[in-house]
Amino acid sequence: MDIHEYQAKEILANFGVDVPPGGLAYSPEQAAYRARELGGDKWIVKAQVHAGGRGKAGGVKLCDSENDMYEACDAMFGRKLVTHQTGPEGKGIYRVYVESAVQIDREIYLGFVLDRSSQRVMIVASSEGGMEIEEISEQRPDSIVRSIVEPAVGLQEFQAREIAFKLGLEAGLVQHMVRTLQGCYAAFSELDATMVEINPLVITGDNRVLALDAKMSFDDNALFRHPQIAELRDKSQEDPRESRAADRGLSYVGLDGNIGCIVNGAGLAMATMDTIKLAGGEPANFLDIGGGASPERVAKAFRLVLSDQNVQAILVNIFAGINRCDWVAEGVVLALKELDIDIPVVVRLAGTNVEEGQKILAQSGLPIIRATTLMEAAERAVGAWQNDLTQATRMMALK
Amino acid sequence: MSILLDRESRVIVQGITGRMARFHTKDMIKYGTNVVGGVVPGKGGETVEGVPVFNTVKEAVAATGADASLVFVPPPFAADSIMEAADAGIRYCVCITDGIPAQDMIRVKRYMYRYPKDKRMVLTGPNCAGTISPGKALLGIMPGHIYLPGHVGIIGRSGTLGYEAAAQLKERGIGVSTSVGIGGDPINGSSFRDILERFEQDEDTHVIAMIGEIGGPQEAEAAAFISDHITKPVIAYVAGLTAPKGRTMGHAGAIISAFGESASEKVEILSAAGVTVAENPAVIGETIARVMEAA
Repeated sequence: MDIHEYQAKEILANFGVDVPPGGLAYSPEQAAYRARELGGDKWIVKAQVHAGGRGKAGGVKLCDSENDMYEACDAMFGRKLVTHQTGPEGKGIYRVYVESAVQIDREIYLGFVLDRSSQRVMIVASSEGGMEIEEISEQRPDSIVRSIVEPAVGLQEFQAREIAFKLGLEAGLVQHMVRTLQGCYAAFSELDATMVEINPLVITGDNRVLALDAKMSFDDNALFRHPQIAELRDKSQEDPRESRAADRGLSYVGLDGNIGCIVNGAGLAMATMDTIKLAGGEPANFLDIGGGASPERVAKAFRLVLSDQNVQAILVNIFAGINRCDWVAEGVVLALKELDIDIPVVVRLAGTNVEEGQKILAQSGLPIIRATTLMEAAERAVGAWQNDLTQATRMMALK
Repeated sequence: MSILLDRESRVIVQGITGRMARFHTKDMIKYGTNVVGGVVPGKGGETVEGVPVFNTVKEAVAATGADASLVFVPPPFAADSIMEAADAGIRYCVCITDGIPAQDMIRVKRYMYRYPKDKRMVLTGPNCAGTISPGKALLGIMPGHIYLPGHVGIIGRSGTLGYEAAAQLKERGIGVSTSVGIGGDPINGSSFRDILERFEQDEDTHVIAMIGEIGGPQEAEAAAFISDHITKPVIAYVAGLTAPKGRTMGHAGAIISAFGESASEKVEILSAAGVTVAENPAVIGETIARVMEAA
């Protein structure tokens, strides 16, 4: 789960990381008021969306008057910010964060991630902050410092010192940097984060180490023990179909194609998408209905897939181990009867209770296209969709 | 002899009193697995599916001589149960549980290093379907009837995609020596590499099939290991060619976040290591059959 920059800064500040003074606003008026409250004559206002690359997309503005602040925010609120991380649909701006501008001497990159090779937390730092880490690793790979934390004892001071010296910090700033690194690590491990990124971490003109930006992501599997983090979830930043799926215990990712997929198991779901592509179609979604799916859950999956307007055919692919094909078949029949579906539906069943499942489909009298293998299922779904399209075009021509 | 698990393995089920655990205990016993007991704190003295329940793994081991364990414990308590098994002298543990916090798994891995390598428990999973040595024993939740006994060693991150592969093999009359699910989590007990090493030593295994997916470095690490240490033919399939970058595809570990983690990059890396790659999931069985004929 991702959170906003201002929330990450509040959390990190509680762990001893220094951040510039700032305030949240829900309207241009409030933003102007925040600027007055903060004092000074230069402020930065930043759109709070769950994505990087905000600066280049126009989501970060430097303002030097309250009026300027009002106008910058007026142009942001209600707009969708499209960055290279949001996809073409962008993310809505409903909150902005106003901060006093600071004088920057140096910019540092600082990241904490779960390193899957060492199976530990890894710190990644670079003296070339401000750029994204992908760019840094392409253009200045030699500037990157990596350090792995031993989970039994946590981040030791010597390790933090090593990073600070490798980044070329002067001796007077090292202790401040150690405190910043240890604060980030403590926040990471105590709150079950999966990522903490400060880019840039800056050395100011008056010799302070400040987090100018902050990003945190949390382990969904650990939210049960951090209710205060779970509360920070902002549904306005999620794909509405995906949040609805998550609320119903289904795992869904929307894609751009038009063949809807309903599958059990994440690996098989990806393999089904790949097979659709191979058969000449494009998958509309990833959907894993999980183990032990009841007929009702299958029907819910149909509703979810059909809520995507682009879906023009549906492929159900179930290899039942912990699932039961007869339940899935009942769910398919239930969905088709309830939802008045007028697009082709292809069903492939295999595994536990497959004969019973096939019988239910056959006896339903519904126009369900059946398939026995994965390839056949994908070919039939793509074929039925193309056929449907040709017919629709012909109908249009006749009119 | 098969790897990790055979007819003689003495199995306990941790969390045996849960609904799913009971169902699968019954299934495993029916398959022929030597299930000798279960563990649920506070339920010692009860009986489930004809086997005794103990309060602690140590008690279970002392009373039954158990050497393998299946963990069915809910996510908040699963890490603790795995460490309990490791401490009680269990040799092989499969964890089925999906949804264990990643940092709990970091602690589990760290904890297991306190034992010297020859005393260290082998863990596969979490978030996997388990391990089966067809015709001998089943430690997991897969449908046993889709596997024939034979000489293909299977290692996979996904449960149902592993079934797909086994079914394609069965259709061609090809059997499996052992199928090991390593699970879909970012931090898991054993990697492709760990299991490849075991299959290389196993006389019953003639060819090895790897079923990977997007995300993480394990397929690339396996490729490097294969070029240097594996003499048996290896076949691979990698799911997720159509998966977008930066999105988690169901499995917590299935997310492309770095170079070399997409399906096409993994296919390239594995091919370069001499692995025969099945281009799509529908031809996994066919590809394995072809490689076996050539071998």
